[in-house]
Amino acid sequence: MEGFLVQTLQIAVLIGLAPALVGWVRMLKCWMQGRTSASLFQPYLDLLKLFSKDIVLAENASWIFRFTPYLLFGTTVLAGAVIPMLSTDLPLAATADVIVLVGLFAIARFFTALAGMDIGTAFGGMGSSREMTVASLAEPAMLMAIFTVSLGCKSTSLSRIVEAGALLKPSLAFAFLAFVLIALAETGRIPVDNPSTHLELTMLHEAMILEYSGRHLALVEWAGMMKLFLFMALLSALFFPWGIAETGKLSHIPIAGAVLLLKLAVSGMGLVLIETGLAKMRLFRLTEFLGSAFLMATLGMLSFFILD
Amino acid sequence: MNIQIAAQINSFIAAFVLLAAFGMLVQKRIYSLIHLFAWQGLFLSISTAIVGYVANKHHLYISSILTLSLKVVLLPYILHVLVVRLKIRKQAETVLNIPLTMMIGIALVIFSYHLTAPVRELSTLITRSTLAVALATVMIGLLMMITRKHAVTQIIGFLAMENGLFFAATSATYGMPLVVELGVALDVLIAAFIFGIFFFHIHSTFDSLDVKQMSRLKEDL
Amino acid sequence: MAFLPIEIASASVLLLLLATLVSALLRKNQRLLINAVFVIASAASLTAVAAGIWTVGSGVTGKLTLLIGLPDLPFHLRLDPLAGFFLTVIGLLAFFVSIYSIGYVKGYLGQRSVTRLVVFYCLFLAGMFMVVLADDALFFLVAWEAMAAASYFLVMFEDEHIENRRAAFLYMVVAHVGAIAILLSFGVMAGLATGFENFNGYTFDAMRQANFPLEWATVAFLLAFFGFSAKAGVIPLHVWLPEAHPVAPSNVSALMSGVMLKTAIYGMVRITFDLIRVFPWWWGAIVLSLGLISAVMGVLYALMQHDLKRLLAYHSVENIGIILIGIGLAMIFHSFNLPTMAALALIAGLYHTMNHAVFKGLLFMGAGAVLHATHERNMEEMGGLIHHMPWTAALFLVGCISISALPPFNGFVSEWLTFQAFLLSPSLPNQMMKLLMPMGAALLALTGALAAACFVKAFGVVFLGHWRGHQNTHIHEVDWPMRIGMTMAAVTCLGLGILPTVFIDWMDVLPEQLLGAKLAPSATGMGWLWLTPVAPERASYSGVVVFLGILFVYGIVYFVLHVKPGKIRKGAIWDCGFEKLTPRMQYNATSFSMPIRRIFGFLFSIKEEVKLAPQTAHAAFPQKLHYYLRVRDRFWNWIYKPVAEVSFWISRKVGRLQQGNIQAYLIYSFVTIVVLLLFTR
Repeated sequence: MEGFLVQTLQIAVLIGLAPALVGWVRMLKCWMQGRTSASLFQPYLDLLKLFSKDIVLAENASWIFRFTPYLLFGTTVLAGAVIPMLSTDLPLAATADVIVLVGLFAIARFFTALAGMDIGTAFGGMGSSREMTVASLAEPAMLMAIFTVSLGCKSTSLSRIVEAGALLKPSLAFAFLAFVLIALAETGRIPVDNPSTHLELTMLHEAMILEYSGRHLALVEWAGMMKLFLFMALLSALFFPWGIAETGKLSHIPIAGAVLLLKLAVSGMGLVLIETGLAKMRLFRLTEFLGSAFLMATLGMLSFFILD
Repeated sequence: MNIQIAAQINSFIAAFVLLAAFGMLVQKRIYSLIHLFAWQGLFLSISTAIVGYVANKHHLYISSILTLSLKVVLLPYILHVLVVRLKIRKQAETVLNIPLTMMIGIALVIFSYHLTAPVRELSTLITRSTLAVALATVMIGLLMMITRKHAVTQIIGFLAMENGLFFAATSATYGMPLVVELGVALDVLIAAFIFGIFFFHIHSTFDSLDVKQMSRLKEDL
Repeated sequence: MAFLPIEIASASVLLLLLATLVSALLRKNQRLLINAVFVIASAASLTAVAAGIWTVGSGVTGKLTLLIGLPDLPFHLRLDPLAGFFLTVIGLLAFFVSIYSIGYVKGYLGQRSVTRLVVFYCLFLAGMFMVVLADDALFFLVAWEAMAAASYFLVMFEDEHIENRRAAFLYMVVAHVGAIAILLSFGVMAGLATGFENFNGYTFDAMRQANFPLEWATVAFLLAFFGFSAKAGVIPLHVWLPEAHPVAPSNVSALMSGVMLKTAIYGMVRITFDLIRVFPWWWGAIVLSLGLISAVMGVLYALMQHDLKRLLAYHSVENIGIILIGIGLAMIFHSFNLPTMAALALIAGLYHTMNHAVFKGLLFMGAGAVLHATHERNMEEMGGLIHHMPWTAALFLVGCISISALPPFNGFVSEWLTFQAFLLSPSLPNQMMKLLMPMGAALLALTGALAAACFVKAFGVVFLGHWRGHQNTHIHEVDWPMRIGMTMAAVTCLGLGILPTVFIDWMDVLPEQLLGAKLAPSATGMGWLWLTPVAPERASYSGVVVFLGILFVYGIVYFVLHVKPGKIRKGAIWDCGFEKLTPRMQYNATSFSMPIRRIFGFLFSIKEEVKLAPQTAHAAFPQKLHYYLRVRDRFWNWIYKPVAEVSFWISRKVGRLQQGNIQAYLIYSFVTIVVLLLFTR
C-alpha cells in the first residue's frame, strides 16, 4: 500500500517540479551571462498561457500529429514512475529496467519524428532526420554505459542498482562522464542542440515541434521539461544514490525529497556551466562528440575487467 | 593508509593516465596536446609516489620528483617555446578520421590486456593490474606517431610512449634502479633538445613541419 | 478420432498439393480460381499451425515413413518440437498472407493470367512445410529444391521486364550454390555416420547417433552454415535478396522474406544443435560475428534505399543478423556448458524468428497495398497516403513500431531478451570474449536505433506529408481481404509483445530438448505479467503494464484537457511564415538519410554529384539543378565480380574443347575408353 503512495508522490513531484527545474536552469544561465532573469516560476506561467489558447491545426495534419503530444506525455510520466527518485519501493519498478527505459524514450522520439514529418514542411523533415541521426549515434554509447553500470551489481533493474550503492571505481567514473555526454545529446542541450534557438536551420528538437500550438504545445513542452528532470534524476540515482529511501522506510521520504532537490540544484549548476562554456557543435561534429562518449563508456567497461 | 586504499587510488590514477593517452590521440589542437601531456606526467608522478610509499622503495620518491620536474614542467615548456618560435598553426591533421582512431585505440587496449594476462597470474605486486594500462599507453603513443601528420605531434607521441614505458616499469617491478632512471631522464631531455634543433632546420628548409613534405626527398626515377 | 500431429501436418501438405491440381482445373475462371485456391491454402496453413502448436505444447515427437523416393531410400518425416515451432511460424504467416492474397491477386485480373502464381504459391508453401518435416537428407534436399524452384517461378511472375528475369536468375544461382554446400555437408555427415560403407547414414537419426571427429564436424558445419547463409541472406551472400524480393508479387515477397529465410535458420539450428551436438566455442563466435555484420550493414543499406520494397528486403538481412546473434550466443554459451544462459539466448533468437515473420509479413503486405493502390514503388513519388488509406497506414505503423524494437510491441521483447543474453557474458570463462561481447551489444543497440530512423523515414515519406508525385492519381483504400490479413498480423504483433510469458512457456520445450535447460521457471517466476529471464532482481519487463500505463495516462490527460475543450482551428501550414510552400520542398527518402549517409558512407561506394543546369538568368538565381546519387554495394566488386570473371575465364578455356571437329570428339571418346580400361584392370 505504501508503495502506491510513494509511486503517486513521485509522479506528482515529477509533473509538478519539472518546470521549476527548467526555471532554475534558465535563471542560472542568465545570472552567469550577466542578464536579468525571469522568475523561477515563469515556465508554469508559460504552460498556463498555452493551455488557455486555441489550437491552430494545419489542414493536412493527420491523427498522428494530434496523438503525439499525449503519447509523449504518457511515456515520459511512465518513465518517471520507474526511476527511483524518492524511494526504491516502487511497485511499477518491476515493469521496466534500464533498457526498457531507453525504449520508452525511443518510442517518444519515434512519434515526435513522425509528427515532424506529418505536416509536410522542410523544417519538420529536417528536424526528424537530424534527431534520428543523433539518437542512433547516442544509442551504442548509452548501452555501453548501462552495461558498465550493471556489471558491478549484476543487474539492469534500477532499484537494484540504487540499492547496491555507489562504489568508487574507475569504471563508474568513466560511465558517469559518458552518461553526462549522452544526457546532453538526448535532452537536446548545448553542445548538441540549442533549446532556445530561433534560427530554424540550427534546430534539432524544436524543428520537429514547430507546428504545434495551444494545449498540444503545452504538453510537448512539459514532456521536454520532464525529460530533462528525468535524466538528471537518473544520473543521480545511478551514480550518486545516497539519500534515496530504502524500501519500507516511509519516514525517510522527506529527507529523500530534500536531498533530491539539492542534487537537482547542483546538476542544474553543472548543466549551466557546460552550456555557458561550450558552443553548439555542427551536426557532423557530433560523431566525434558521441564517439568520445562511446569511448569513455568502453574504457569504463574495460577498466572494470582490467583494473578491478 | 593501508594497501587496499592505495591500490584503489592507484587504479584510478592508471585510468586517468589511459584517459589522457586517448585524449592525446584524438585531440587536434597543439596547445591542448601539450597540456594533456603535462597532465599525464602529473598523474604518472603521483602514481609513482603512491607506489613508493606502499612498497617502501624510497628511490621512487626521487623518480617521482624527477618525473614531475621533467615531464610536467620542463618538457611542456620546451614544446611550448618551440610552437611559439616556429609560429606553428594551432591545428594538427590526422591521417585517419577520429572515430576510427578511437576504435583502433580501444582494440589496442583489449589486445594489451590479453597480452599481459599471464603476467597478472604470476605477479605478486599490488600494481600488477596496471601493467595492461601501461602497455596500452605505449601502443597508443605509437599509434599517435603513425596517425599524425605534424612533426611536433609526433614527438609528443614519442614522449607518450616513454611515459608508458616508465609506467610499465613501475607496475612490473616497482621501478627501475635509480641509475637507469637518471640515464633515461637525461636521454629524454637531450632528445627533446635535438628534436628542437632539427625542427628549426626542417622548418627553414621546407617552410613547414608537415611530415608529408619529407616525401620530396625521395629520388625521382 | 484422435489424429497425431504429424498426420495433421501431412494432411496440410496434401491439401496444398490438392490445391495445385484444383487450380489446373479452374484456370478458365480466374476469379473463382483465386477465391477457391487461396481459401484452401489458408485452411492448409491453419491446419499446419494447429499441428505445430500442439507438438510444441505437448513436447511429443511423431514419425512417419513414406515409401516414395529412391528404392531403399524412403522419405522419412518427423515432427518434433523444433519442427513444430517452425511449422507454426510458417503456417501462421502463410495463413495471414493467403487471406491477404485473395484481395491482392485480384489486382492482376484482366492484366495477365494468375494461374502460374496460384499454382506455384501452393507448391511453395508445400515445399516449406516439407523442409521442416523432413527427417532425412534426401527428402530435405528434395523439399529444399521444390521450395527454391517454386519461388523462382514466383519471382519471375512478371517476366516481361528484364530486371525481373535477371533478379530471378541471380536468386537461382545463389540458391543453388547454397544447395550444393548443404548437399556436401549432408554427404560428409552421412558418410561419417556409417563409415562410408552404405547409404543408411542419410537419415537424420543415423547422423544423431554418430560421433563426428572435430575436423570433419567443422567441415560439415562450415559447409552447412555457408549453404544456409546463402538462403538466409547473411552478408556477404545477401546480394540476391534486394533484387529478388522487390520484383516478386507482394504476397510472395511477404512469404519469402518472412518465412523462407526462416527455413534456413531452421536448417542451421537443426544441424548444429540436433545433429552435431558437441562443438567448440569458435563456431558460435563465427555465427555471432556474421550476425553482427549482417545486422549493421543490412540496416545501413536499407537507409540508403528509396524503393520501398528494397528497403524492406534489406531489413530482412538485418533481422536475420539479429536472429543469428541470438543463435551464436546460444552456441557460445552451450560450448562453455552454461545451459541456462544458452537457453535464454536460444529463446531470444527463436522469439525473434517468430516476431520477424509476423512483422515483416505485415510490412510487405502493407507495401503491397500501397503498390496496389498507387502502382508506384518509389517512395519519393508518394506522400500523404494516410489520408486516403487510413487502415493501411495504421497497420503499417504497427509494423514499423514493431520492427524498430519499441515497447510495447513484439520486436522489443526479442531485442530485450538478446540484450539480456549479452549482459550475461561476464560469466564466461574466456577473457577475450568477456571484453568483446559488450562491443557486440553496442552494435546491436546501433542497429536498433538505425532501424527506427529508417522506419521513421519509410512511414513518414510514404504516408505523411503531401503527395510528392507528378501525376494526380486517384488513390483509394484496399479491399477487405487485404485489410483482414494485415489486421490479423498486427494483432499478433501486439499479442506477442504484451504476452511474452505465455509464448516462452509454450516454447520452453525447445531449449530443454536441444540444450538441456528450461527458461520458463525463471522467466515466468513472478507470474504471467512479468518477464524475468534470469531472476527478478536482475531484470524484469512487463509489456502489459507498459501498454496499459501509456493508455491510462493518455486517457487521464485527454479527459482532463477536454473537460473544457478549447477550439481547434484549421489553418494553412505555418512553416515560420514561409508562404510559397510546394510538396516538392518536403524531405524525401534520400534527404532524410543524408546525415547517416555522410557519417557511415565509407562502408559503401557512393557517388554524389550536384550540377547546375545551364542558366538563362543571372548566376545568382539558379533555375535548375541536377542531383545524381549512386550507392553501390562494395561486395559486388570484391566478391561477385571477381568470381564471375574467373568463371567466365575458366569456361572460355574449357570451351576450347568444343572445336566442332569430329576427329577431336572421337579422340576424346578414345582417350576416355583407354583411361577407364587402365583403371579397371
